[in-house]
Amino acid sequence: MTIEQEALKHFSEVSVAVELQTPDMTLNIGPQHPSTHGVLRIVAKVDGERVSDVTPVIGYMHRGYEKIAEVRTYPQITALVNRIDWVSGFANEVPFMAAAEKLMEIEVPERARYIRMILTEMARISSHLMFMASYPLELGATTPLMFALRERERVLDLIESVTGGRFHPNFNRIGGVQPNAGAGPTQKKAVQDLPRGFLQGARDAMDSLLKTCVEFDELVTGNEIFLARCKGVGILSPELAADFGVSGPNLRASGVAFDLRKHTDYLPYDKVQFEVATGTVGDSLDRWLVRLEEIRQSAYIIQQAVDQIPSGPLQAKVPKIIKVPKGEVYVRAENPKGEMGYYIVSDGGQGPYRLKIRSASYSNISVIPILLEGVLVPDIIAIMGSFDFVLGDVDR
Amino acid sequence: MIDTLVEFFQGNFWALTAVKLVAIVTLIPVSGLAIGFAELKLSAKMQNRVGPYFAGGRWGWAQLLADGMKFIQKEDIIPADADRPVFRWAPALVMVSTVGLFVVIPFWDGGAVANLDIGIFYVLAISSLSTVGILMAGWSSANKYSLMGGLRAAGQLIAYELPMVLAVIGVVIMAGTMSLSGIVQAQADFALFGWSGFGGQPIANFISPYFILQFVGFVIFFISALAEMSRIPFDMPIAESELVTGYLTEYTGFRFLFFFLAEFANMFTMSAIAATLFLGGYLGPFVDTVPWLGPVYLVTKISVLAFLMIWFRWTFPRFREDQLQSVAWKVLVPLGLANIVATAIFKVVM
Repeated sequence: MTIEQEALKHFSEVSVAVELQTPDMTLNIGPQHPSTHGVLRIVAKVDGERVSDVTPVIGYMHRGYEKIAEVRTYPQITALVNRIDWVSGFANEVPFMAAAEKLMEIEVPERARYIRMILTEMARISSHLMFMASYPLELGATTPLMFALRERERVLDLIESVTGGRFHPNFNRIGGVQPNAGAGPTQKKAVQDLPRGFLQGARDAMDSLLKTCVEFDELVTGNEIFLARCKGVGILSPELAADFGVSGPNLRASGVAFDLRKHTDYLPYDKVQFEVATGTVGDSLDRWLVRLEEIRQSAYIIQQAVDQIPSGPLQAKVPKIIKVPKGEVYVRAENPKGEMGYYIVSDGGQGPYRLKIRSASYSNISVIPILLEGVLVPDIIAIMGSFDFVLGDVDR
Repeated sequence: MIDTLVEFFQGNFWALTAVKLVAIVTLIPVSGLAIGFAELKLSAKMQNRVGPYFAGGRWGWAQLLADGMKFIQKEDIIPADADRPVFRWAPALVMVSTVGLFVVIPFWDGGAVANLDIGIFYVLAISSLSTVGILMAGWSSANKYSLMGGLRAAGQLIAYELPMVLAVIGVVIMAGTMSLSGIVQAQADFALFGWSGFGGQPIANFISPYFILQFVGFVIFFISALAEMSRIPFDMPIAESELVTGYLTEYTGFRFLFFFLAEFANMFTMSAIAATLFLGGYLGPFVDTVPWLGPVYLVTKISVLAFLMIWFRWTFPRFREDQLQSVAWKVLVPLGLANIVATAIFKVVM
């Protein structure tokens, strides 16, 4: 039954009722609403402040990337995929490149893999900082926004100095990475490498980031009102999370220590040491804490990677016109929002025959209607916000 | 010259009324703008920003004037389904409550527009009037978000009016009067076991006795005042992230400006009432010899309280509606009752 039919049925039932009763109100939250992270629409039946039935409506952001990809070449698709989850554009490019490289059986140089790892972690930090900014804002606290965005700006500056783009780096090439000629302080065309001072800049930025994490603990995590709003709100059990394919920090907040960085080899995560942050209860507070811890862990990863990074070429030898051999491949990666997967079917041409994108936010928000059953209206925002979805990632 | 002027105004009821009216009508926008500008600048300071900078040439002092001009130029939109008269009168009613509060604030000894014997009673009654205006705005807007905002405001009023009254009762017991000037005077005359201060200066000139003895009451009053003005952490009736802007959602232009101005002017009046009740109002060192210091002291105390409100606004998240109710009924009301009992015992012993 569509929503309209349901609403009609609902109102006809109400009108024939003889005795006096309070009909439920249908509250339409979105697609234009301050805290739906874009154009998510939620149709909620509310009795006063109590929510009884929630239907998310998605698709306002559908851009048909999977279909467009069929008529684009592999290098062109990089520019598409980094717009899926635009808060962490770089992290979307890497698994796609890894998938294509897997089909072509290209060995990516070690330095390029390290650069990819550093920038992926920076994208993770910038995505999580965006969450640190928006979530307190949704709960009514305005100032953490400025703290988080200030740090995020530092990280974005670093990404920009290497790639030339803040959100959409479009920096990966098949077989490695290619810094823009003259990007950042390096003006010489002959030198195509990391800009001078980048590694030291990354170290400094991570130091200041770790200090900001302490500030966050003081300003937000220790706040009584924040705790009152988050603790025990929107508890997601590990079983429910597994049933709905919830992944990423949302899954780990429920106590499942599943992190693809530990299980896959698309980036040299085995060379660095980090811990998988997990929660215990699976409520909104845990989702906050896990992300805060992940920022710290990502900072540690970057600090180690900056120390370890080997010298060498940035690109493997690849033909001028890239043709991927016939076959199919699925590569999954740990993105800031959760598990991101690219399934490429190649018919041997310059572009994929079919591209299927498994995006994290889509699966993550599918569990929201269950969690929103019977909560209060302010909790809709408190729960939805804690899932940290991006509508571009939901609709693709 | 001045003496004849004073004589003229004191003898002429209508002339005096006109002067008082002009004073209030100028004081409301001025206080509202001052506090609004302080909020802009202080929030910027707290957030590593510069804040308004260009308007007016220096420090952006004219920012809010420019905002006001902008609001006046905006189209006045009334939603098609709105209850038009109610929608139109709601902002006015909110403003009326603000104006009404200005009437009884004593700025110096005898310096109130109307020195009512039941001053604090009047304050409590009039300050609730703004919630009626908010409820009207929420109801008449024909918008679900507005309606929820208006109803939240009504629920908040019921929850917070009681602790506020209980907090005030402690002061009334101590002072033995409900007149605001009388309460300030009682603080000046305050004597603890016969000790009434040093060197001819009353205790209240240095530290307000009620701030210490009625500290619980002060805290309850302050929290309740925050809730009544729907400031963060109690801004559920507006709650941008949940209800868009609550009861304000459908308002534009000049009507929106009315709500806006009333909010900031209300910060001034509620701070003034709190300063009068708990911080000794216009009392301060040498105020009996140099009377013009009275308003200066009062405005200083108001500024401190307004700063507190702004500080909270930019630090705390917002409570949930049911948490607000439980804080009010389970914490503040019992605390207020205990405070009354303790005050009564203290009053008898003293």
